[in-house]
Amino acid sequence: MINLTMDGLKINVEPGATLLDVARFYGANIPTLCYDEALSPYGACRLCLVEIGEPGKSRLVSSCTYPAREKLNVRTNTVRVMQTRKMIIELYLATCPSSKTIQDLASKYGVTGVRFSPKNEECILCGLCVRMCEEQMQAKAIGFVDRGVNRRISTAFDRKSEQCRLCGACMYICPVCQVRCQGPSG
Amino acid sequence: MDLEAPKIKSAEEFFYIQRNYQKQYRDNNRFIAICGDTGCTARNSKAILGSLDRCLKEKDLSETVGARFTGCLGLCESGPLVIVYPEEILYHRVIPDDMPEIVEETVQAGRIIDRLIYRDPSSGEKYAYARGLPFYKKQVRNLLSGNWKTDPTKIEDYIAQGGYEALVKAVTEMSPGEVVQEVKEARLRGRGGAGFDAGLKWEECFKASGRKFIICNADEGDPGAFMDRSLLEGNPHAVLEGLIIGAYATDAREGVVYIRSEYPTAVEKIKTAINRAKELGLVGDDILGSGFGIQIYLSIGAGAFVCGETSALIASVDGRVGEPVQKPPRLVQQGYLDRPTVVNNVETLANVPHIIKQGAENYRATGTEASSGTKIFSLVGKVNNTGLVEVPLGMTLREIIFEIGGGIKEGKAFKAVQTGGPSGGCLPASYLDLPTDFESLTEVGSMMGSGGMIVMDEDTCMVDLAGYFLKFLADESCGCCFTCREGISRLLELVQNISCGRGSLDQLDLLKELAEVVKDSTLCGLGQTAPNPVLSTIKYFEDEYRVHILQNKCPAGVCRALITFEIIESYCNGCGLCKKNCPSDAITGEQKKPHYIDKDQCDKCGICFSTCRNEAILKQ
Amino acid sequence: MKKNTVLGLEVPCGPNGVSVITVLQAIQGYYGYLPEEALEKAARELKVPLIDFYSVATFYKNFRLAPQGRREVVTCAGTACHVRGSEKITEEISRTLGVDISSTTEDGEYSLKCVNCVGACALAPLIIVDGRYYGQMTPLKVRRLFSDNPTKTEQTVSSGLSK
Repeated sequence: MINLTMDGLKINVEPGATLLDVARFYGANIPTLCYDEALSPYGACRLCLVEIGEPGKSRLVSSCTYPAREKLNVRTNTVRVMQTRKMIIELYLATCPSSKTIQDLASKYGVTGVRFSPKNEECILCGLCVRMCEEQMQAKAIGFVDRGVNRRISTAFDRKSEQCRLCGACMYICPVCQVRCQGPSG
Repeated sequence: MDLEAPKIKSAEEFFYIQRNYQKQYRDNNRFIAICGDTGCTARNSKAILGSLDRCLKEKDLSETVGARFTGCLGLCESGPLVIVYPEEILYHRVIPDDMPEIVEETVQAGRIIDRLIYRDPSSGEKYAYARGLPFYKKQVRNLLSGNWKTDPTKIEDYIAQGGYEALVKAVTEMSPGEVVQEVKEARLRGRGGAGFDAGLKWEECFKASGRKFIICNADEGDPGAFMDRSLLEGNPHAVLEGLIIGAYATDAREGVVYIRSEYPTAVEKIKTAINRAKELGLVGDDILGSGFGIQIYLSIGAGAFVCGETSALIASVDGRVGEPVQKPPRLVQQGYLDRPTVVNNVETLANVPHIIKQGAENYRATGTEASSGTKIFSLVGKVNNTGLVEVPLGMTLREIIFEIGGGIKEGKAFKAVQTGGPSGGCLPASYLDLPTDFESLTEVGSMMGSGGMIVMDEDTCMVDLAGYFLKFLADESCGCCFTCREGISRLLELVQNISCGRGSLDQLDLLKELAEVVKDSTLCGLGQTAPNPVLSTIKYFEDEYRVHILQNKCPAGVCRALITFEIIESYCNGCGLCKKNCPSDAITGEQKKPHYIDKDQCDKCGICFSTCRNEAILKQ
Repeated sequence: MKKNTVLGLEVPCGPNGVSVITVLQAIQGYYGYLPEEALEKAARELKVPLIDFYSVATFYKNFRLAPQGRREVVTCAGTACHVRGSEKITEEISRTLGVDISSTTEDGEYSLKCVNCVGACALAPLIIVDGRYYGQMTPLKVRRLFSDNPTKTEQTVSSGLSK
């Protein structure tokens, strides 16, 4: 068993658990957009940040990918975590202003204004659909294409994939666009 | 040497062969070294070598005078460089046609050719002997000295200079634990950026069991840095020797050299080096009869800056997309193929043979308490002596830039120095006396990085520079983390607004706030350090940002939206040069009469400004 | 993937055999770019989903999915080149040849590519034309280099020497 402290509480957890597993088990409220219990964690949305380490030398890590480790001091709701999270949500809201999920997140975390110029993206590249397609459907029809600011999700050469069975799992799991997403089109 | 040379099977055999090589080397102490580094080759140094060969043949001197095509000689600005041995007379800016004269005058008659020797750009003083040059005088060239005298394609040259002695010592006289201990005591810190203790890494890997890997990180992606390239091109065996010793110390039996494809010459040189070392039995099974063996593979990058990050590098070696992953587990626990893996930078490895040969204590005599040894910097930008410099860690920026670098080009004013590549920061003149070691640089908001040192003068706009790095990173980020991908693109948007004159003080505050968030919330080193160029330029040059915002002016005259070009009528003699060269046909005027720039048509490329001979063009 | 030929092309092996990257490098080495059909065949031969090839091919900058021009012009956008004005050089090339960055002229003659530092900073700003380095470039030198009579000017530009 691993002993660690979370929000001042001393707890024991099984090896292999992530900080997000632990936090959710103990009822801490941590938002996520790229996490699903049935899929491997990816750490792309950065909403699940928690603060680890002793004050003064602490840093933020994504709890969904960070393994529980011996004597770790984890805090899930410090000012630093909250302020960073708020700014991230503001960025999300500026990027995908029309997404219901993101609007809800914004109102829950008190993000009232957006200081960036609005874009109209329909995808936040959380990669849930990519993992769904590969890990649960064993198809691997879609994947990340290009890199950096040009990154997007598509099929190979942007045309109908031989691997795609039109199962619709990618659309089902999408946290952002929901009905608008057409899946890998032919 | 014939290619069928038998493999060296013991330390005695090695020293026997070494004596032979040394004898050959000594017998040919009259030779001419020509810089064969990318920089000088680009300026035709291959033709110089050809001309020299022809000339020696004509004069029947091929037997008595050697010609060596060496690695980087350091003073790249004045390339192509030629050094005549044994006197070590340095000639600069040599062209192929100069070679017959060099052979006749210097080699045969022993006279120095005045017009080819180096003249200090600031003092005007002349220097004939390489060692006397102020550029070299203050340097401590432990790693680079090999470049001067060795042909990088010849293992014989390297062995004759004492190369591979450290490997022999390590595998025949020391246990892996002792090697690790020595490196730990030397306090060798990673030269690739973070400055992590190399010995500690090795120790941890040594303790792990089973299949292990050691990887040499030669993915030198920082723009403006070419130390690793020059080491690999100039002295590949030193890096290889370090890698083999590292493998011995960590008990890794497989090594990989991960090198970027933008360095074709370095790829060739290291490939040749590996093959030559294999032929002599210094790579392969049962090295020197010790029972220790290593296979070395070459992995050529496909063009991604993020692959300098070790976990992304490993993904790339494995043929996948270079996305960094969460650490822990750290790579020495779970790296390539999920096995314990040590990743060391080129320069770090090149230090290892020196440590083993001279011992930790002697090694530590150079540098500072916490940062021992030397560091190679690529000193570039608006400095007189652009080139590769190796100095003890802890030397001040002023010494490096003004004493070694010879000050700022064209007598302009120093404005800032950028260290650490896109992850680093810009330091103003008030920090010139800062010692260059890992801690000092990090403390003031920059970092050591791999050793790029870009000097900037009054003509560099800091807002533009911050934008440049952000653009670079927006393109080079892997795009996985939302805060890195979207954060950098928003930072860039804000900086571009400011440089276009659309900025506001609120945006400046937002820029700072967002920069801190990106720094805090991203997974890998790329994202965590991406805001450094913005944060450091705001910290030290906030006034410049404010002038852009409040007065709509770019003091350095760089940001296009904020500058205008105008012709001063009384200075213009109507030569028509600007009109002829203007790419956007914005200049009108009759011959021998003052010309005029149409501001709507002008796209502010500045060609007229640089072509005008009468300084009649005003940039505001 | 423990195989060292793919599509009949020799692929260098790492500790773990051939990888998607080494296969793509071999294909590009042969064709000069990555033809769609070749990738499809390779993916089938190695039993790797095509998207893996496509992701890697678009992630790394050295891979090209379209044929290149007969001549390749590379401009360096490293920091040293930037502070010495590389942006204007790239712009001038783009204007002179009538081609955007990362694309090829309509007649298939020139491809223009912009890379982040080739490590020859002493020559800044520099460009590379078909593997040949041209240092200390200015917009004017660019125009001369790509003028109708390049051979003569090429030498004066390439030596880059100002004694």
